[in-house]
Amino acid sequence: MTVDTMAAIRQTFFQECEEQLSEMELGLLAMDEGSADSETVNAVFRAVHSIKGGAGAFKLTALVQFAHSFETALDHVRSGKLTPLPDVMKVMLRAADVLADLVEASRDGKEIDESSYAAIASEVKALTVIEGQAEEVEEVIDFQPTVIDFGLPEITIDIPATPSHDYRINFSPRPELYGNANETVLVLRELNRLGIMQATCDTSAVPQLDAVDPGGAYLAWSIDLNSEHEIADVREVFEFVEGEADLSIETDGQAEVSDADIAALLSQALSGAPAVEPEAQSQTIAEPATPQMQALPETTSVEPASTPAPAAEIAKAESKTAAVVPTQTTIRVEFDRVDRLINLVGELVINQAMLSQRVIEANFAGSSSVVIGLEELEQLTREIQESVMAIRAQPVKPLFQRMSRMVREVADATGKEVRLKTEGEATEVDKTVVERLAEPLTHMIRNAVDHGIEAPEVRLAAGKPAEGMVRMTAAHRSGRIVIEVSDDGAGIDRPKVRASAIKKGLIAADAQLSDNDIDNLLFLPGFSTAATVSSISGRGVGMDVVKRSIVALGGRISISSRPGLGSTFSMSLPLTLAVLDGMAVSVAGQTLVVPLTAIVETSKPKKGEIHSLGADGRVMSIRNTFVPVIDVGTQLGFRDVAMEPERGVAILVETGDGTRNALLVDSIQDQRQVVIKSLEANYGTVAGIAAATILGDGRVALILDVDALVSGLLNDPLAGELRYGTGG
Amino acid sequence: MTQTILTVDDSRTMRDMLRMALAEAGFNVMQAVDGVHGLEVLQTAMPDVIVTDINMPKMDGFGLIEAVRKDGRYRNVPILVLTTESDAAKKTRAKEAGATGWIVKPFEPVKLIAAIRRVAA
Repeated sequence: MTVDTMAAIRQTFFQECEEQLSEMELGLLAMDEGSADSETVNAVFRAVHSIKGGAGAFKLTALVQFAHSFETALDHVRSGKLTPLPDVMKVMLRAADVLADLVEASRDGKEIDESSYAAIASEVKALTVIEGQAEEVEEVIDFQPTVIDFGLPEITIDIPATPSHDYRINFSPRPELYGNANETVLVLRELNRLGIMQATCDTSAVPQLDAVDPGGAYLAWSIDLNSEHEIADVREVFEFVEGEADLSIETDGQAEVSDADIAALLSQALSGAPAVEPEAQSQTIAEPATPQMQALPETTSVEPASTPAPAAEIAKAESKTAAVVPTQTTIRVEFDRVDRLINLVGELVINQAMLSQRVIEANFAGSSSVVIGLEELEQLTREIQESVMAIRAQPVKPLFQRMSRMVREVADATGKEVRLKTEGEATEVDKTVVERLAEPLTHMIRNAVDHGIEAPEVRLAAGKPAEGMVRMTAAHRSGRIVIEVSDDGAGIDRPKVRASAIKKGLIAADAQLSDNDIDNLLFLPGFSTAATVSSISGRGVGMDVVKRSIVALGGRISISSRPGLGSTFSMSLPLTLAVLDGMAVSVAGQTLVVPLTAIVETSKPKKGEIHSLGADGRVMSIRNTFVPVIDVGTQLGFRDVAMEPERGVAILVETGDGTRNALLVDSIQDQRQVVIKSLEANYGTVAGIAAATILGDGRVALILDVDALVSGLLNDPLAGELRYGTGG
Repeated sequence: MTQTILTVDDSRTMRDMLRMALAEAGFNVMQAVDGVHGLEVLQTAMPDVIVTDINMPKMDGFGLIEAVRKDGRYRNVPILVLTTESDAAKKTRAKEAGATGWIVKPFEPVKLIAAIRRVAA
């Protein structure tokens, strides 16, 4: 094979490894939970097995060796020799991590210091040793690239002065030889390549024609072979037919008798009866050589005859359980192609909207075929859009799997016992969202383990199990994906949070805060609650970073906590970053879009509801709560003087932390779905603007970044007072 | 005449390697991803040799061999099993199912071809 094709296969191998590793991890987690059926265990075994197989082809020795032990341990589990108790699973899960590291290192051409995983390797190795059964002796040898002379003439032909041997071979095929599609003639052809051959056929056993069984074997062969090849090469010719024929080979007049034959004959003589089961007996006695003879000509055959039966049973059980597992056919498509399709569909949606606009302007009758056709087009467009979006949708499973590794690592590093429970891994969300969720989720999980879960002794003292639980769930809720991370730890220590916030000057010493307000202090920049700053969660890089990332994705995050019982972080995110449900509003002659997810309600401000605060600050009272009023027109520089609130419409928006503000706009146009066009990619970043879209009439409309608009107020001390003061 | 080999393996890497090695040696190559798929392919094609993995989802190599041998049309098609395990139990079991021979993974192309030539008429 050429270097290029090998490189391509190598790439395939590592791609496949990713899939196998993910399958393996999922299966191991199911085994850990005790919810794995035998097919799951099989799948895990197969995954490790495949990795080993490919790694062997690429001579990745370290990977092969580790995978081999791991595979053997898994094989014991699937054959019932090893029970997947929690201790065993702990080793296996960590072995999975090592395997992933080894794969990654192999892919990147790096070396992993063997000592870094030696402990795990020996723990895995310990699992492969089953009581009452000798440890598998270095079967690993099989996976080293072995060079066995395959009897190819050109290899030996040049060697001068090789002494030749005279072989006398008696070969009587049994019916099963033909039953397994072997052919005497092919064996003879192969033998003929080794030297000068003369074959005599004994036809004396051929019955009368009417008694011939088509599946029978009636011919026996006596073969004289003069060859420079050693006996191992001659034996190799018969490798596939050994169990299916009576075979004897004499070399230079000396009969070949293996140790196994002697052992079998001895045991038979001593006991007066076959010592081994009949089937195995026919193998060891009727044919003079055992399979081991091939590889180890000078050693005793050590293969006990008892192996086939259990192996057969296991295999039978396997084929039973592996009978019906529906799989979905998939194709691999470059992401660019999907993106191009998404963009085109985006254009289609815009184009269709423009067409609708024209039709409305042209005053067609509602029943006209143009209007009806257009409605159908609208419906189809929407369906195409949804289908295309679905192509980009990916389950959060891989993301969740990554987290489970993190939990183990952080738990190990902090000396805690933590179990991760995941739900809804199949929940799908846009690929971009999945990718961008990784970082905030990592942070939240780390926090939950590091700060949430208590040390085992503390938990026991509190009457909880020593092992803490972190739950990660994903679900679709009203057109968004909601991901929750909860722990059963100590919950948020509110007095400490409050004290810390006062010390850092984030709130006034006498500020009156609800529990929820205190919990939300965690999201303020630079807030860190860890009594001792650990290397795991780091210093100061806290939940504010998480919140910023979530908000940047058009999401929201909230927290709830019960002292002594744990905390729950809940984030809700749009399913896609390509389209957005928004409310089109007019501001100073411009059309702007407010994301629907941010809007709580809209109202027409009445006289008396608006109060002035300071020089140009205004608040609006909505059901006994004062919320700051933000004049969108002046904020974005569309006009210099704030409009009269009574002449506009107030849109009450809520940001991620639950803060409410009233956005003042001229009027509301309608509610619509818009295709998001990145402003950064096409123009540049504009404060307060998240993105742009193209309207039905072809004009560009800006999509408001509500959080940014509102956070402009956050720097204002007055706003801080309003949020955490006595305003409510 | 060009001979056709059906390879059955759930690993893409292994399928690729088999295809490359076999194609280079001048064989036609057909592929299947597991035993069930292998049987499907056999409904429409008659390979000269089948090379199959043992550990596969849905239907493993043993199941495939048994099914092939039961079908009169394919009784005489040689089947080689691919296995990383050189242990006698796997080979014995494969033989019992009706396998013609075996190839030990990781295979060197020359050995793969030699094994195929040994069983292909």
